[in-house]
Amino acid sequence: MREVVRRYGVALTGYMVLACLAWTLGLIVLPELMMVDYSFRPNLLFVEIGGPKDVHTLANYETLWRNTIHLSIFFKTIWGSALVTVVTLVMCYPLAYFLGQVVAADRLSTYLLMLVVPFWINEILRTFAWFIILAYQGPLNALLLWLGLTAEPIRFMSGDGGVVLGMAYAYLLFMVFPLYNAIETLDHNQIEAARDLGAPTWRIHWRVVVPHAKPGIAVGCIMVFMLTASSYAVPAILGGPSSRWFTQIIYDWFFEGQNWNQGSAYAFILLLLCIGFILVMMRLFKVGLADIAK
Amino acid sequence: MNGGRATGLLMRIYLWIFFIYLFGPLVIMAVATFNSSRFPTVTPWLGTTLKWFAALAADNQMWDALVVSLIVGAGVIVVSVPIGTGAALMLATMQGRIRTFLYGVMVSPLLTPGVIIGISHLVYWDRYFGIHGGIFVLIVAQSSFIIAYVMLMVMARLQRFDSTLEEAALDLGANHVQMFRRVLLPHLRPSILAASVLAFLQSFENFNTSLFTRGLDNTLTVYIASKVRTGLTPAVNALGLILIVVTVVGAVLYEVLRRRERARAEQARREALVERPLRRLEAAAVAGS
Repeated sequence: MREVVRRYGVALTGYMVLACLAWTLGLIVLPELMMVDYSFRPNLLFVEIGGPKDVHTLANYETLWRNTIHLSIFFKTIWGSALVTVVTLVMCYPLAYFLGQVVAADRLSTYLLMLVVPFWINEILRTFAWFIILAYQGPLNALLLWLGLTAEPIRFMSGDGGVVLGMAYAYLLFMVFPLYNAIETLDHNQIEAARDLGAPTWRIHWRVVVPHAKPGIAVGCIMVFMLTASSYAVPAILGGPSSRWFTQIIYDWFFEGQNWNQGSAYAFILLLLCIGFILVMMRLFKVGLADIAK
Repeated sequence: MNGGRATGLLMRIYLWIFFIYLFGPLVIMAVATFNSSRFPTVTPWLGTTLKWFAALAADNQMWDALVVSLIVGAGVIVVSVPIGTGAALMLATMQGRIRTFLYGVMVSPLLTPGVIIGISHLVYWDRYFGIHGGIFVLIVAQSSFIIAYVMLMVMARLQRFDSTLEEAALDLGANHVQMFRRVLLPHLRPSILAASVLAFLQSFENFNTSLFTRGLDNTLTVYIASKVRTGLTPAVNALGLILIVVTVVGAVLYEVLRRRERARAEQARREALVERPLRRLEAAAVAGS
C-alpha cells in the first residue's frame, strides 16, 4: 500500500482504492451475498418483511427437491450442457490443431479474422438464424424433402434436439479460441519427433498434443458448459414447451410467479452447478485458476 | 506420400464444412430479409423486396429500444472505464497474496453466468435500495463484469510502460496528478479508447444480464429476442442484417487497428533493443574520437 501511495500520491491512491472498493464490494460481492441471503428467506408480503416470519429457512431449496418436473429439467440441463460441451470440443479440436500447427503463417490471420467476425455477432442473431433454418417450412426441411430423406417435414423445434444444435452453434467459438491458444504454443518439433519415432497420428495427438492442450481444453469446456447451462435465449427461441431449460424456470419464478426468493434459490443452485463444474475440470485437467482467468 | 495427401484432403473438406456451418446460417438469415414472404424464410421464395427495411424503420418500439441500448452503452462506458483504469493501476503496483485475492475477485464476474449477475443485481438494487429494474440497474449490472474487460486491457498496456518515465517526471518536479495526466494517461490512451469501444459493444449485445435487470425498458437485444417469439416478420431479419453489417465492419476495423498497434509496439521494442544502443554506441564513438 505504501508503495502505491509513493508512486501515485494520496489523491490518486484515494481514487484508486475507492474505485476498487465500489466495484469489488458494491458491484460484485454484495449483490451475490444479498441474492444468497434472499434465497434463504420466505416470500413475504411487504409489511411482513423484518417481522417474526422473516427468518432463514431451507424451504426454497426443498421446493426443487420435491418438484419432480423441475428436478428433471435441472438434470436435463446438466446433461444437455455436458453434451454440448463434448460436441463442440470434438468439432473444434481439428480446427484448433490446424490453426495452431499446420496452417502457413501468412494465411493464419485470414482464418482468425474469419473466426473473430462471427464471434462478434450477437448470440440472439446467431440463434435466430437457426430458427429460420429449422422452421417447419424452412430450408432444412425443404432440402430433406427434396432429397427424399423424409416424407414429411420434421418438427425440429418441439424437442431438445433443436436446442442442443443451436447451443453448439452459438457457443462454438468459445471453444475454438482457448484450444487454439493452447495448441499454438506447442513446439512443432515435438510432433515431428514423435512421428520420426514411428508414432501413428492418433497416438501423436493422444500423447503429445492433447496433454499439451489441457489448459485450453479445460478453459474451453468451462466456458461452453457455463454459457450453455445458463443460456436463456437459445431454449427460449429454439425450444418448445416440452424442452424447457433450467434458466426458463428461474425466469418464470421471477416474472410469472413473482416469487423472487424462490427464483434466487434456483439461481444460486445454478451458480453452484457452474462453480462445481469449474472445480471438477480443474481437478481433471490439473490446471490452476490462474490458467483459467487469463 | 499418399497418406499425407489423404489427410490434407480430409482436412480441407473438414475446413469447408466448418466454415459453411459457421457462415451458412448467417447468410440464410440475411437472404431471408429480401424475401417477400410474411414469415422469415428462404423457401419458398415469394419475390424479392426491400419492404422489410421500411417496416423496420416504421417500428417505434424498435427505435425506443435502440435509444435505451445507446444510453445504457454510454452509461457503461462512463462507469466502467474510470473504475477499470483505476483498478488496473492499483493491481499493477501491488504484489503478493492480497493482489492474487483481489485479482481473483475482480475477474470472477467473467466466470459468472450472465443471468446470475442480472438476478443478483435485480434483487440487490430493488430489495435493498428500492431501485427497480431499468436503465440504472442495467448500467451497473452490466458494468460489474465489463469493468473486468477494461481492467485487463489497460493492464496489458500498462505492462509495456517504462516506469522510469514516472520517476523522471516526479524528479523534474511534477506532482503526482500532473505526472498521471502528462505521462501515464497519454501512454494508456490507446488501450482506454479500445476498452471504451469494447465496453460499448459488450453492453450493446448483452442479453442475459439485461433480461433480468431491464424492468420496463427494452434494450435492442432483448427486443429482438421478444420479436422472434411473438410477432415475427422479416423486419427482424432486416434489423439483424444491419447489425451484422455494422458488427462485421466494426470487428474488421478493430482487428486492423489492433494489429497495427501490435506491429508498432513490436517496432518500438526492436528499436529499444537494437537501434537505440547502436545509436548510443555511435555517440560514444564520436565523443571518444
